[in-house]
Amino acid sequence: MKIHEYQGKQILKKFGVTVPRGIHCTTVDDAVKAAETLGGKVWVVKAQIHAGGRGKGGGVKVATSLEKVREYASQILGMQLITHQTGPEGQKVRHLLIEEGADIQHEYYVAALTDRATQSVAMMASYEGGMDIEEVAHKTPEKIVKVFVNPLVGLTDEQALTLAKGMGMNEASIPQCVDTLKKLYTCYMETDASLAEINPLIHEADGTVKALDAKFNFDSNALYRQEEIVAMRDLDEEDADEIEASKFDLAYISLDGNIGCLVNGAGLAMATMDTIKLFGAEPANFLDVGGGATTEKVTEAFKIMLKNTKVKGILVNIFGGIMKCDTIATGVVAAAKEVNLSVPLVVRMKGTNEDLGKKILKDSGLPIISADSMAEAATQIVAAVK
Amino acid sequence: MSILINKNTKIITQGITGKTGQFHTEKCQEYANGKECFVAGVNPKKAGESIFNIPIYASVKEAAAETGATVSVIYVPPAGAAAAIWEAVEADLDLAICITEGIPVRDMLMVRNKMKEKEAKGGKKTLLLGPNCPGLITPDEVKIGIMPGHIHRKGRIGVVSRSGTLTYEAVGQLTELGLGQSSAVGIGGDPINGLKHIDVMKMFNDDPDTDAVIMIGEIGGPDEAEAAQWCKANMKKPIVGFIAGVTAPAGKRMGHAGALISGGADTADAKLAIMEECGFKVTKNPSEMAKLLKAML
Repeated sequence: MKIHEYQGKQILKKFGVTVPRGIHCTTVDDAVKAAETLGGKVWVVKAQIHAGGRGKGGGVKVATSLEKVREYASQILGMQLITHQTGPEGQKVRHLLIEEGADIQHEYYVAALTDRATQSVAMMASYEGGMDIEEVAHKTPEKIVKVFVNPLVGLTDEQALTLAKGMGMNEASIPQCVDTLKKLYTCYMETDASLAEINPLIHEADGTVKALDAKFNFDSNALYRQEEIVAMRDLDEEDADEIEASKFDLAYISLDGNIGCLVNGAGLAMATMDTIKLFGAEPANFLDVGGGATTEKVTEAFKIMLKNTKVKGILVNIFGGIMKCDTIATGVVAAAKEVNLSVPLVVRMKGTNEDLGKKILKDSGLPIISADSMAEAATQIVAAVK
Repeated sequence: MSILINKNTKIITQGITGKTGQFHTEKCQEYANGKECFVAGVNPKKAGESIFNIPIYASVKEAAAETGATVSVIYVPPAGAAAAIWEAVEADLDLAICITEGIPVRDMLMVRNKMKEKEAKGGKKTLLLGPNCPGLITPDEVKIGIMPGHIHRKGRIGVVSRSGTLTYEAVGQLTELGLGQSSAVGIGGDPINGLKHIDVMKMFNDDPDTDAVIMIGEIGGPDEAEAAQWCKANMKKPIVGFIAGVTAPAGKRMGHAGALISGGADTADAKLAIMEECGFKVTKNPSEMAKLLKAML
C-alpha cells in the first residue's frame, strides 16, 4: 500500500525526523491560506499523487508571492499529471501540499528496504540525491553506500555513521544525520514498511538535516495491525477494478492487452499470461481466483474482466487440485450466463474431476471452447479474437 | 530415496484444529503412508484430546518428545505463524513446513534471524520450507501440504517451484508422459523464506534416486540466478527451467508477495538468460516443461 508525501512526512515527523512545515489542502483558496499561515517569502506548491517524478511533470513549483501560490495551485489542482510512473494517461491531482521554502545546500538520498538475499533491512545512502536513484545505481553504483541491518540488533551507531560519512554528509550535520537515519530505521520497522525513501534529504546553511520528500510502501500482509496507516489509504489513487476485485478476495491487475484471463494460483496466472503472449496476443489482466473459487467469486471475476472494454476474449485456466474441476465448471457456466457473455471463452481444466467438468461445459449449451493444455488454450483464444 | 521426507517421516501438525489444518490433515492421512506418518497435533487449549485419531499435545516440544516426530507442518493463521515456526525451531525439529499465506514480512525477518542466531551459537539447525507454499511430497510415500496427491506418480524426476499451481502443472505434465517424481517441493512465494531453489537443487543433486529436475521460478528476487550459478559449477543432472512473469509489468505485486519486479535482474527474461547460460534447458512455453525434460533423458 502506498500513501501521499504529506502523509509520509506526518509519519516521519512522528518518529522525530525533521521535515519542513507544511499544510495539506484540496482547494486553491486553502492553498493561499496555508501559505499565509506558514508565513515567509518562499513556498513550494507540491502535487500529491502516488507516483514519482512529479517535479519533472510540472507538479512541483516554487512560489515567491501569494499570487504565485494561487496561480500554481490553480494550475496543478485538477491537472492530469503525467510522470514516468503514471503511464501516458497521467493521474488527476486532488491534493496539494504547501510547504515553507528550504535553504538547500545539498541534496542527498537515503532509503530503507527489505533485502531478500541477506534477509535483513538494507539502508542505502548517496551523495547523489534529488535524482532518479535507479539511474545512479545503474551508472555509478559506487556512489551508493549500503549497510545491512540485523533486525534483532537494529541500526547501530557505527552503521549509521558509515552511511552518514559514506554519503558525504556535511561535516557539521553528521550527528543529526546519524540520528535521522536511526529514526528512519525505527519508523520503517514499526510501521511495517516495505520501502521508506527520503529523496532528497538536505542540509541547510545552519547545518539542519531535513527530509524534503517522503515515499513509503507498506507490507499489505501487516495492514491488519497498522490502523493508522490503513486510515491513510487513498482509494482515488488506486485502480477501481483492483479495489473491486480485492473485496472478493481476488488478486487482479489490469494490463494493456485484449485477452482476459482467469486462473487459480499466482504462478499459473503469470504463466498463462506469458503463454498468451507467446502465441501472439497480449493479456488484458492478471487474475488469481485463489484456492476457494466459488460460483460467486468466478461471476465477480468475469464482471471485473468484462468492465475492461478492450477485452475481446477470455481464457480460463484452472488446475483443479483441492478445488474440483466440476465446481469450477459450474461456476464458469453460471457466470457466463449471468453476464450474458458475448466474447469467445476458452476453458482449460486439468486435475480433479476433469472429465466431469468438461461435460458440464459441453452440456451448458454455451459456445465454450475446451482445451487440454495451456498452449492449446492460448492458440484457440488468440485465433478466436482475430 | 527422495529428499527431505519419506514413508518413515513422523510429522507434527501445528494448527491441526483449525479449518484448514483439519481439511488438509485428513487428505494427507489418506495419502499413501499418511496414517503412520502424521503422529501428533498441537493446540495448548486442546491438549489431551485427539482428532482423526491423532493425539493433540500442548506444545511442539512435548509432541516431539512423546512421538519422536522430527518434522512439523504449520497451518496457523498469519498473525501467529512466525511464532509457530519459532516453536518448531526451539523444539529442535529437522524441518518445519509453513503453509500459511500472508505472514507479515517483519515477522519473517525476525524469525529467520533468530534461526540464524541459534545456529551461529551452535544450536541445532532446523530447515524451514515456505511460508506461503504448498508443502512437499514424495509420491507413494508421504504428502505434507495442500497439493492434490493423485496427480503424482512415483519416479525419478525432481520438481522445485515457488508457485503451488505451477508445481502441479509440471507434475501433471510429467505424470502424463509417464515420468514419475522423486519429490516435488514448493518453496513458496514470499520474499523472506526458508529453503531456496539452490538448497533444493543441492539435495536433488545428491539424491541417487533423482535423475533430472524441473526448476520453476518467477519474477522478483535473486534466488533463481543464485541457484543457476551453483548448478553451472556443480549440478550433474539435466535441468529444465521456466520463469513465470515475462508479461508482468514492473513495480506491481503479482499475487505472491515476492513476485514483484524492482530491478533489471528481477525480470523473467533476465533470469531465463542466466539459467540458459548456466546450462539449463529453458523454455518460455510452460506447456512443454515435461516434454523438454523427457527429450533430455
